[in-house]
Amino acid sequence: MAYLTNLYDSSRCTACRGCQVACKNWNQLPAVIEPFRGNYQTHEDTNADTFTIVKMIETEDPVDGVIWNFLKYQCMHCFDPACLKVCPRDAYTKTSWGATVHDPDKCIGCQYCTYACPFEIPKYRKREDITTKCTLCADRVEEGLQPACAATCAPGALMFGNRNELLQYAEDRVKHLRANGFPRATIYGKMELGGLNKLYVLTDTPDKFGLPVDPKVPGQIPFWKDWVQPYIGWLIPLALAGSATSFVTTRILANKHGKHDEGGHE
Amino acid sequence: MSPAFGRGAMTNHMIDLKNTNVALIMGSNIAENHPIGMKWLTEGRLDPKRQTKIIHVDPRFTRTSAVSDLYCPMRSGTDIAFLGGMINYILENDLYHKEYVLNYTNISYIIKDEYGFEDGLFSGYDESKRTYDFGSWGYQYDADGKIMTDETLQHPRCVYQLLKKHFSRYDVDTVCRITGSPKNKYLQVLDIFCSTGEPNKTGTICYAMGITQHTVGSQNVKAFTIVQLLLGNMGRPGGGINALRGENNVQGATDMALLFHIIPGYISSPTNTEDNKDLISFIRKITPGAAKLPFNNLNEFREIVKQGIPYSGWKVHSSKWVVSLLKAWYGEAANASNDFAYHYLPKRDASKNYSHIALFEAMYRGEIEGLFVNGTNPVVGGPNANKEQEALTKLKWMVNIDLWRTETADFWTYPGWDRAVDNPNVNTYAPTNIGTEVFFLPAAAVYEKEGTAAQTGRWVQFRWKGADPVGESKADLWIYDELGKRLKQLYAGSNRPEDEPILNMTWEYEGHAGEEEPDILKVAHELCGFHIADGTPVEGFAQLKDDGSTACGNWIYCGGTTLKDGKFIYKPQLREKDDPSGLGLFPNWGWAWPVNRRVIYNRCSVQPDGVTPWPGDEDRRLVWWDAEAGGWTGWDVPDFIKSVGPDNPAFKDPFIMRPEGKACIFAADGSLIDGPLPEHYEPWESPVPPVLNKQSLNPVAKVWEPDKKGTSDKYPIIATTYRVCEHWQSGSLTRNLPWLAELMPDMLIELSEELAKEKGIKNGREVIISTTRGDIKAIACVTKRFKPFVLGDDIVHQIGLLWQFGFKGYAKGDIANRLTPHIGDANTMCPEYKAWLCDIRRA
Repeated sequence: MAYLTNLYDSSRCTACRGCQVACKNWNQLPAVIEPFRGNYQTHEDTNADTFTIVKMIETEDPVDGVIWNFLKYQCMHCFDPACLKVCPRDAYTKTSWGATVHDPDKCIGCQYCTYACPFEIPKYRKREDITTKCTLCADRVEEGLQPACAATCAPGALMFGNRNELLQYAEDRVKHLRANGFPRATIYGKMELGGLNKLYVLTDTPDKFGLPVDPKVPGQIPFWKDWVQPYIGWLIPLALAGSATSFVTTRILANKHGKHDEGGHE
Repeated sequence: MSPAFGRGAMTNHMIDLKNTNVALIMGSNIAENHPIGMKWLTEGRLDPKRQTKIIHVDPRFTRTSAVSDLYCPMRSGTDIAFLGGMINYILENDLYHKEYVLNYTNISYIIKDEYGFEDGLFSGYDESKRTYDFGSWGYQYDADGKIMTDETLQHPRCVYQLLKKHFSRYDVDTVCRITGSPKNKYLQVLDIFCSTGEPNKTGTICYAMGITQHTVGSQNVKAFTIVQLLLGNMGRPGGGINALRGENNVQGATDMALLFHIIPGYISSPTNTEDNKDLISFIRKITPGAAKLPFNNLNEFREIVKQGIPYSGWKVHSSKWVVSLLKAWYGEAANASNDFAYHYLPKRDASKNYSHIALFEAMYRGEIEGLFVNGTNPVVGGPNANKEQEALTKLKWMVNIDLWRTETADFWTYPGWDRAVDNPNVNTYAPTNIGTEVFFLPAAAVYEKEGTAAQTGRWVQFRWKGADPVGESKADLWIYDELGKRLKQLYAGSNRPEDEPILNMTWEYEGHAGEEEPDILKVAHELCGFHIADGTPVEGFAQLKDDGSTACGNWIYCGGTTLKDGKFIYKPQLREKDDPSGLGLFPNWGWAWPVNRRVIYNRCSVQPDGVTPWPGDEDRRLVWWDAEAGGWTGWDVPDFIKSVGPDNPAFKDPFIMRPEGKACIFAADGSLIDGPLPEHYEPWESPVPPVLNKQSLNPVAKVWEPDKKGTSDKYPIIATTYRVCEHWQSGSLTRNLPWLAELMPDMLIELSEELAKEKGIKNGREVIISTTRGDIKAIACVTKRFKPFVLGDDIVHQIGLLWQFGFKGYAKGDIANRLTPHIGDANTMCPEYKAWLCDIRRA
């Protein structure tokens, strides 16, 4: 079956965040009211009750002046999802049309997926001892509807449909943008990690949108999943610890690079 | 816009934005506050035929700036300087659309020799009264009473020459010194937008409160009209001046005359003066050109109208609108023998102003006993909120109709008087010291009731009820129907003549049997008009009569109802998706006033011959003269008298609501009280002295509180207030919804990195903002998007505040309007929220 996917065109997004509200509405997620910290974005990252956010990133350079980039951020529904690989209870499944879906009934809250994901997407919900994430609205799509975010998007920045067709749109759009003032415009999600079931048209390089330029699944994961886990299930706690160490180290490194500076404008 | 074109409404509509070549967004944050408008601009961008370019001019870099092709900053309150420079650039470089301007505007008209302009003052200024005598701001007439013109535009007193001279002072360097815009950006704006003067291109202007909420608000809009007329952009798809309304039914509210100076359909409301004493005097007053004509009664007047009154325009029919209105309101009690009950109409005191600021000043003085507050929240949204909140304490009673107990409903509680900082200028009250009795009526939300909204582009759309109201809440219509019925009951049996207006008022909106709600279609029927004889709908306002045979609650809505196969059709309920022109007119979706015209002044979309499209613009022709059929036809409903053909002298007069038939670049005879041409004046509170002239403030603006003026030595920072996408108006709806509260949870102040450094303010920390009116706290949003303005040798800072917060709801914060001044536009009294002075410090 051809993959169905969401395409996000950053050149059309106005950061109204209607997608964020539509997502909460469809998935009946409670509001997470946090104090304002100096950026319109409000939520620094997705959380267990916020499956999608719109990142709002300010940059400035002598040529282009001030640029305010917007990026809708959520699960990328990777072709080859690391979360699915590391899950000891097979709570994650891939639908025939490309969504990576998580079954909360199977989840034991080990949070292994939260460490494995190159986009740091699955989040732990303490009150139920499970992890949560975007479902690509599989429950809607399988009833012939669009995902809630795409259905509500007023300026048409979010489109839902056949991945190959959307890829064609993306190629044309990038060509147009490159010829019209955005020489670094690019597609994201076509090749990254062997392909994401989530496509982006970006007006600039991915790093200007807070996306990893070359996302990588931590090296030990394929090894654990394909070799160790099938035979020695009792090694899970050990693996968990290993990954946790790796997670903490990465965070420290990231901090050194100023990723979590005060203000969050960068 | 009315002094220039004859109507004050958005000229095009939202979908039409996709037809434009260039959009100039100025004083509007369309992406955040009108996201659907932005959607259509985006469509234009993707259309290879249009390749819409978007220019954003604003003191702030907003989400609109982020998605625009070009952003040019401009200091708050300097719009006329910015646009004056554009007018000068167009004239100096001959970029105007000559054929259009000559035929469709008053550019060739000769102005009186006495008219003059010096040092920022037009001729006729009376300094003691702060008013103008408009006597010299008129046209010269020849012996036959015709306005004199010079089509060569060489006559030194013609509008073209006066315009050129007036704006010659607005050269690029002077403009940039006033506005603080970088010169290269300003030149780019001029170059791109003025390219729409070419006949095959159109450009649109979108504006909102950033233009109107100034002491020169009306003149800001006037400057737009001059630019758009010179470039030939009016009455054409993708053109126009699009006033984006601040609220989705503001258009409907003004149509229904929720303003003090008009009655429904934009007719001046009667005053207590001699020239309004009876119906015939009133008709003489409101009919253009009728002042000196010999008539004493309606019969004589009708004879004169039949022969034609020169320079009267479509408003020559005003008598029909007024009599039909009186018939709608007073039914059988209004007849030819009693002036159609004209004496029932309340007459306002001509010497008084009843606008928002004036009302609250009067309330503050204790002149008002009671107040209905319905769907508004003045404690958050009104200017000088400390004073307005105090004014509420002087009332005997207040009725508040809203979804939630808003800040206004709960003004008397302790939190209402909590101040961020003790300020000796501000009085505070305890609930025990407030005598105002407050009644709260819970109202149904928009989805819990049926009705229409007239959106910004004049489309009237019916909305069906989606859910039942919560608890005891009721639809506004139910509340007002009940009020009307009970008032009539209370007055029943009275013989006093002053009670007749209530006793004789028609009030028959009973719902179907078993239904509690009144029948909204009965309201629509009265509003859109019917024949008294048989009760059938009047099919358009051309059929309204002033002999009492028709009734119509609002003439501009006439034609919104019809009978089809004997069935009553209310056109705002239509939902057909056909769009034969491809221009987004959707003629059978909802209904637009007047008579379903989607683009007003659309006669301008063809050349003066009435047939030929503008060169290279074949697909944007809206209407045309059909010689064979002998009438006007087209994709849109022609904004023209159908039968006026090439042999009629009015054939080239597309602005039928103007007495001249032409659009007015020069606003003659005081149609704007502060000048026939726009002139830049500084806001009431300005950090810099005037550059262009010797006046600082608009010479006609009314100063309410001279002692509350903040000066730049104490308050050096410019401030402006605005909304964000996540909250709506005063936030009473959105701050009570958790999913929206989480997106914009706190009151914030936006400021530049430079100012933050100077004041030692850190991002995300608390700041105190103060003016002579009060102090508030807000959280700092230190951003690259704000930059100081360089004005010659001076550097001035500007900050921005959300005005949507208050002390109720999930998202709470201080009220920005505790800081804003009580001063408004000279013409409309629209408060100057957008440019005033403050000081800030770290909390």
